[in-house]
Amino acid sequence: MLKGRNLIDPQDFTVKEIEEIFVLAEEIITRPEEFIHLCDGKVLGTLFFEPSTRTRLSFEAAMLRLGGKVIGFSEPNSSSVSKGENLADTIRTVAAYADVIAMRHPKEGAPKYASYYSDVPLINAGDGGHQHPTQTLTDLLTIKVAKGNFSNLTIGLCGDLKFGRTVHSLIKAISRYENIKFILISPNELQTPEYIKTEILHKKSLDYIEVERLEEVIDKLDILYMTRVQKERFFNEADYIRLKDSYILDNAKLKTAKKDLTILHPLPRVNEISMEVDNDSRAWYFRQAKYGMFVRMALIAKLLGVK
Amino acid sequence: MLSINSISKGIVIDHIKPGYGIIIFKHLGLDKADFTVALIMNAVSDKQGRKDIIKIENEIDIDLAMLGFIDPNITVNIIENEIIREKISLSLPNKVEGIIECKNPRCITSVERGITHKFVLLDEKEGRYKCEYCDQIYSWEG
Ligand SMILES: [Zn+2]
Repeated sequence: MLKGRNLIDPQDFTVKEIEEIFVLAEEIITRPEEFIHLCDGKVLGTLFFEPSTRTRLSFEAAMLRLGGKVIGFSEPNSSSVSKGENLADTIRTVAAYADVIAMRHPKEGAPKYASYYSDVPLINAGDGGHQHPTQTLTDLLTIKVAKGNFSNLTIGLCGDLKFGRTVHSLIKAISRYENIKFILISPNELQTPEYIKTEILHKKSLDYIEVERLEEVIDKLDILYMTRVQKERFFNEADYIRLKDSYILDNAKLKTAKKDLTILHPLPRVNEISMEVDNDSRAWYFRQAKYGMFVRMALIAKLLGVK
Repeated sequence: MLSINSISKGIVIDHIKPGYGIIIFKHLGLDKADFTVALIMNAVSDKQGRKDIIKIENEIDIDLAMLGFIDPNITVNIIENEIIREKISLSLPNKVEGIIECKNPRCITSVERGITHKFVLLDEKEGRYKCEYCDQIYSWEG
């Protein structure tokens, strides 16, 4: 039962509970018109203590498409926060107005703390570099729609694997399924952190390799998850120049890739996926953004207990 | 060798790792005590070479969770009529509240007023804890 629960950490829900959300999300994708009054009379509070237009719009669109209403702020400067109100009081107040809260905060652990003061379900919409569970649900749902299930997949994660919060969460979440192989593609300086390797990949004896160049491994992948690599992350200019092209996905690199490869990206992209790839049937990143809204619809409905 | 008279009624905290005596002393508020207390540093120990000891000539409430967190090998002896009435053994507490602070500058505990720093036990063997909020790892060994 997900009614009344919070989603703070992607691991807060069991595999079975996540499956329930996906079943509902897939129903919504196929017959959206059946769900337009599901949340009539309900209110979502969106508390964005730091701006993130995409995520906020995705939550708001999700609630509006379910017939509910939205209140909130996206500029802490214009809210009571600027008057020095503490987080606990802000949450207690908004929980009195809303039936469910989506909260984004620049400080890590803020949603966990806030959840102790909220009488209504609280969804973490991102806390600093820590967690972003609805992005993980989005990534998983997209993989499920593209592949049918989560088993027997070779997943390539490419780019900044050191600071990439979405990548860490995805590794954790998808490692709970059967027979997953990871190919971790990054510059040496931006490799997957040691704790992810010891606590997840080693502990669960998962099959993984680490490589520097995408071209070497692209033919083996079922999923390719691209992330941004910023120039300032590199320790020296020469390494950046040597590697920058190997992290830009273009049609030439896709030549040897599988016909049913699924290319994902949490967006926004800068130049890590060339625009010529957008028309390729293997490009799923814009559909992924849309599934982000559908999965939030399903999540809100489940937490409110209306479905 | 320095000798400290034994106490007739009170508490002896023994086998404290050298250097930690003063931390415990302060945490228990003994620096403000109006009864007899003794902090003995670097005493000779058969078991561990050197140790710190705290002797308290009074019955006070001791935060056993805090002591267990600092070192589960610490022993607490309750003294009555100059003999040990009770030996309390310690273990690592599952939760540690208000003793240590989260060092992550991006943690909510660094900005929210009135928030209590809380840590939960992650790994008993290695004595590792994590911040309840931001998951930052903490252990005494650094
Ligand atoms: Zn913390």
